[in-house]
Order: sequence, then structure tokens, then C-alpha cells
Amino acid sequence: MTDARSEILARVREALAGSTVDPVETSAPREVHPVANPELVDLFAERVADYRAVVERCSAEDLEDRIAAALPTGQVIVPPGLSIRIPDAIVDDGTLTAARLDLIAAVVTEARVGIAETGTIVLDHTPDQGRRAISLVPDTHICVVREDQVVADVPDAIALLDPSRPQTWISGPSATSDIELDRVEGVHGPRTLHVLITPPRDVIS
Amino acid sequence: MTGTFVGMPVFPEAAREALADSQLRHNLAHATSTIRAKRAKVVAEVPDWEELRLAGAAVKERALLDLETQLVRLEETLTANGATVHWARDAAEANAIVAGIAKAHAATEVVKVKSMVTQEIGLNEALAEEGIAAWETDLAELIVQLGDDLPSHILVPAIHRNRAEIRDIFRSKMGAAGRPAPDDLTDEPAVLAAAAREHLREKFLRAKVGVSGANFAVAETGTLVVVESEGNGRMCLTLPDVLVSVVGIEKVVARWEDLDPMLRLLPRSSTGERMNPYTSMWSGIAPGDGPQEVHVVLLDNGRTRALADEVGRQALRCIRCSACLNVCPVYERTGGHAYGSVYPGPIGAILNPLLKGVGHDDQIDSLPYASSLCGACFEVCPVRIDIPSVLVDQRAQVVDAHRGGVPKPEAMAMKGAAYVLKRSRRLSALERLTGLGMRFARRFGPTAWTGARDLPDAPGESFRDWWQRTDGGRKDDA
Ligand code: SF4
Repeated sequence: MTDARSEILARVREALAGSTVDPVETSAPREVHPVANPELVDLFAERVADYRAVVERCSAEDLEDRIAAALPTGQVIVPPGLSIRIPDAIVDDGTLTAARLDLIAAVVTEARVGIAETGTIVLDHTPDQGRRAISLVPDTHICVVREDQVVADVPDAIALLDPSRPQTWISGPSATSDIELDRVEGVHGPRTLHVLITPPRDVIS
Repeated sequence: MTGTFVGMPVFPEAAREALADSQLRHNLAHATSTIRAKRAKVVAEVPDWEELRLAGAAVKERALLDLETQLVRLEETLTANGATVHWARDAAEANAIVAGIAKAHAATEVVKVKSMVTQEIGLNEALAEEGIAAWETDLAELIVQLGDDLPSHILVPAIHRNRAEIRDIFRSKMGAAGRPAPDDLTDEPAVLAAAAREHLREKFLRAKVGVSGANFAVAETGTLVVVESEGNGRMCLTLPDVLVSVVGIEKVVARWEDLDPMLRLLPRSSTGERMNPYTSMWSGIAPGDGPQEVHVVLLDNGRTRALADEVGRQALRCIRCSACLNVCPVYERTGGHAYGSVYPGPIGAILNPLLKGVGHDDQIDSLPYASSLCGACFEVCPVRIDIPSVLVDQRAQVVDAHRGGVPKPEAMAMKGAAYVLKRSRRLSALERLTGLGMRFARRFGPTAWTGARDLPDAPGESFRDWWQRTDGGRKDDA
């Protein structure tokens, strides 16, 4: 008996004998948008809010105050490379178990990309965002997106992202419509997603 | 009902039962029309939707026609990323691989992300036989699992249940599976969801092994993609030490940028959202982040059989969005159980015969007939699968498979149609006979279909006769 791998590949070969790969290269249509367009940032804010996430725009100076106001009572965890100062936060060192994370109320992270058309935030879990578990288990996720990170649509994000990194694409808080199609926020992921949109730091006046 | 599709009655019988269930028909009509409207709205937002469909179809078609290269490449990149790749010819092989991995870690339970493929291979039942409990963590799947029920829709598997039924299931069954439902459980969806959150969180936090499928597998980069809403997927993919993903070989796409049309097409077609709440992507092992032991099982289980069918091959492009179910007049009235498979609706009517072959199982042979051939499924399909053409081709294959034996009624009907349609003179002769045929059908042949809906009266005059007499309506139609 041959092994499964050789047999499956042989079946594939046999199934396709006589067929040729369509040489026509069809690529997905896309409009090209200028980067950091203020209208895109408006659209991004609108689309994120559409998912019943909390969305706020603020200046870089106000950011720390806004985060402090958004934090629920309880412990807060931050990734090791967060560029924003959060007083009294636990800095994740990668050793906290899932059960321990479950006792933490909130997490603050940055993001890699914001997609305007779909209202999506993409995390690629570099040190400013931390490992996947910390933005998953606590019930509130406060996410800071810089205006210059907002792109128009999915293809722009795909072009920017590094496929070798784990990624989490987030569009609104966790949700289900499994019971009579009534939308309920928050089954397993964070029930509150709070997005703060702020200008890039190097334009602080 | 027991939790297996094996031994289901053929479609017409199952459909007749479902048609008699008015609660079921109400739940289904509400669900399908709601999702249909949402889908139409967000699809209309995309000006180049047709081009996007063409691109989506091309991405999948290219990968399928070059499948050997793509699979070998996927194996290479996954391995380079630290994953272990397994190959499985059929369900039994795949189940044994997953059970073996769980046992190697002395795991007596695994947490699962909703996946069609693990239902297709009956993984939960196979693991149970090995003493391993497989917990479904998607809310709808949990409802189905606790209710010892079967899924009835690809996207919303418990759509045939209403909130009162769900409360009863949670009350009576949660305790035996883990954390019981709270005493004051009401039938409010938010309250039911909160009970599921508590019940499942306990399982996520202690799980050693997670099991998933994948929506896409990128050959170029060794990346797997899971699209979901609730966050249970993220839990299963991130918290356990070990992750096993069972991936049908048709899930492969060649390049990283191929994800673009797919991620634009899938959510809008499926839940009618611009984007689903969560999409997870991982390329093997990420040091210090998530499972540090990652397995991928590449599964055939009939896919190469479907690939060999030149007409039916396109069914392997399916991204399981479920749009075709929601527009199908047959599905809307019968529900998913009547199809006797985890793949119901129009796609199920072609995929099951393609994966399993025709001519040896009445249940499967009845599926290509479970359609009115109205074409709505093709219109909405994001990867342009021409389901009606495949249905017709599958019907012909069913007929051929039964040639020589005792012909079945539907086989006779198809042969008759082929004979008649070949010659126009015969068609006009037959049209004249239709009145007689209808009377005959009503008297002697109450098939399951006509038993549940009215057969229209045959017109007094055939279309051809009318055309001749009135010159296509230009003369007085008196
Ligand atoms: S056949 Fe097309 S419409 Fe139906 S589930 Fe598959 S991709 Fe969706």
C-alpha cells in the first residue's frame, strides 16, 4: 500500500490529466487611494462605529487622558512595546496563563493597519500589540490607531502586511447572531472594543 | 433525531416531513429572508462586484488546476514554518491522525472551532470512541451538540431552533457537559449567549488541544486563515498548547495576495457584513505566541473524485459562504436536514454526489433532483459556481448509473426528457399530451413533491399551438 501523500498526489495528477492551468491572470479590481487621506480616516471611524464599537478621535496630547477615562475598574494589561504610558498597568512578560489573564479587566494595544472600507483593525502582534492572548481574554480592548495607519480597502492591507506574522483582523466587538438572528455582542472575545484614532506622534504641535 | 446523518431518508421523503413542520418553515423563512436582504445591501455597495467574483473564481480555479504543485508548496512552507503536515486519504485516516495527536498529549478533551470539514469526517464521534470529548465552541454548534441534533445550515447551524427551545437545551444539558446553566436563565438571546460564554470559558482556559478547519491555506507563505464572529475561534487557535487543523485539499490558494478577493467576497456573501468580526491568520509556529505545536492534516475524502469530474470540478471552488442556501426556494421550504448531509442546499445537492459518487446510495442519488433549477444559486455565488449546470450533469450521471437495472422513476423522467427535447416534433406531441400526463400524475403518482404542493392544471392548449394560431400573439388571441 502506498502512503497517503503519494496516493493523494497521484489521484490529483490523474484527475487533472489533460487539463491545463488557465494562463489568464485575473487579478482583483481595486482602486488606488492616496495614503493618509482625511476622508479615509472619517470613513474608517464611521465604519468601525457601525459595528457598535466605541470610537473616539483625539489629539496625541489627549490620548493618555482619554484612555484613562475609557478604562473599566480592575487590572489592565499592556504589551511590552506599547508606546503609550498607562499608569499601574501590568506589562505582559509572556508568562501569564490564560486563567490569570481571565482576571484582568482590560488591555490597551496599538495596531498595524486600519481598513476604512470595512472598518477593520489589523493586529500583527509585534511588541506594541503583544501576543494574541492578551487582546483576547480581557473583556475590554482599547485599541489606538494612528491616522497614518488607515488604508482604503482590503488589498491595501494585504500589500502592507507580513504573512509570516500571526494576524488578527478585528471588525467590531465579538458578536453572534445564532439565536433567531438577533445580534448579541460579545460571546467569547472582548465585549467592549474601544477605538481611539489619533494623529501620528511626529505631528504633535 | 440522533447526531448522525447516516441512514437519512431520501430527499423527497425528508422534505415532505419538513414541509409539514410549520414552525420550522417559519424559522427558515425568517432567517433566509433576513440574511438575503443584508447580503443584497452590502453587495450593492461594491461597484465592481462582478469583477470581484471573476477574480475570486479565478483564484480558486487556478489553484485547483495546479493542485499538485500548490499542495507540495503548501507542505514545504508549512514545514518551514514549524508545522507538522499529515496527509489523509479519507475520514478514517484523518480522524486517526487527530486522535493520535490528542493521545500523545494525554488529552481527554479538545476544543473545536466550527468547521464543516470536521463534521464531514465525523471527527467528534470518532474521538468519542477513543475516549476523547470534542467540545464545539461556536454558539450554534454548541446548541446543536448539546441538543443531540444535526446542523441545518452552513452558517447558522441551529437556525431551526427558537429561543425557547435553546433555553430548554441549555437548562437540561449544560450540567452534564461542564458548567451548568444559571438557575435564572431566561430565553433572551443576550442571556443565553452569556450562559454559553461562562460554560465555554471554563473549557477554553484549561484546553490543551485545539482543533480547527481553515477557510484558506496559502501555499506561497504557509498561512492558514479562519474567519469567524464570536471569538471562540481565536480562543481555540490561540490558548491551547497544541493546534490541529484539518484542511480539505481544495482550500489552497497560491499566493498571499489571493486572499484579497476572497476576504472581500466571503463576509459580504455570507453574513451580509462588510467584514466578519474576527479573522485569524497564522503561519506555523510564532515563538512565544499561541500554540507551540502545530499540525495540519491535508484531507482528500472524495475531493480528488470531484476534481476528476470536468463539469463538477467547479464545486471545489466553494468557500462555504451559504449564500446559495438563503436564495434557494427548495431549501427555504425543506430546511437543511432533508439533504441528509452537513452540506445542505444547492451546494450540498452537487457536492455530496461529487464527493461520494452516484449509483450506490439512494439518498445521494436523490439530491441532484432537489432543485427547481431556477438559477438563483449561481447568481449569488461569490465564486461563480454554475450549480444548475452541475445539477443537470449530475442527474444525467445518476441516470447512467442506474442504466441496466430497474429504472427509477426519476431516471425514466430524465430519459424521457432527453428523448423528447432532442426532436422538436416530439416536444409538440408531448405538450399535447401534458393534460393527460397531469391527470395521470394526480391519480397514480403522488410523488413526494406533488404530495406537498399543488400540481398546476395543464393548459388546454400547448404553447406551440397557441403560437401558430396567434402568430406569437400578433393575431387576436380569441
Ligand atoms: S456554492 Fe457558492 S454560494 Fe453556495 S456556499 Fe459555496 S461559495 Fe457560497
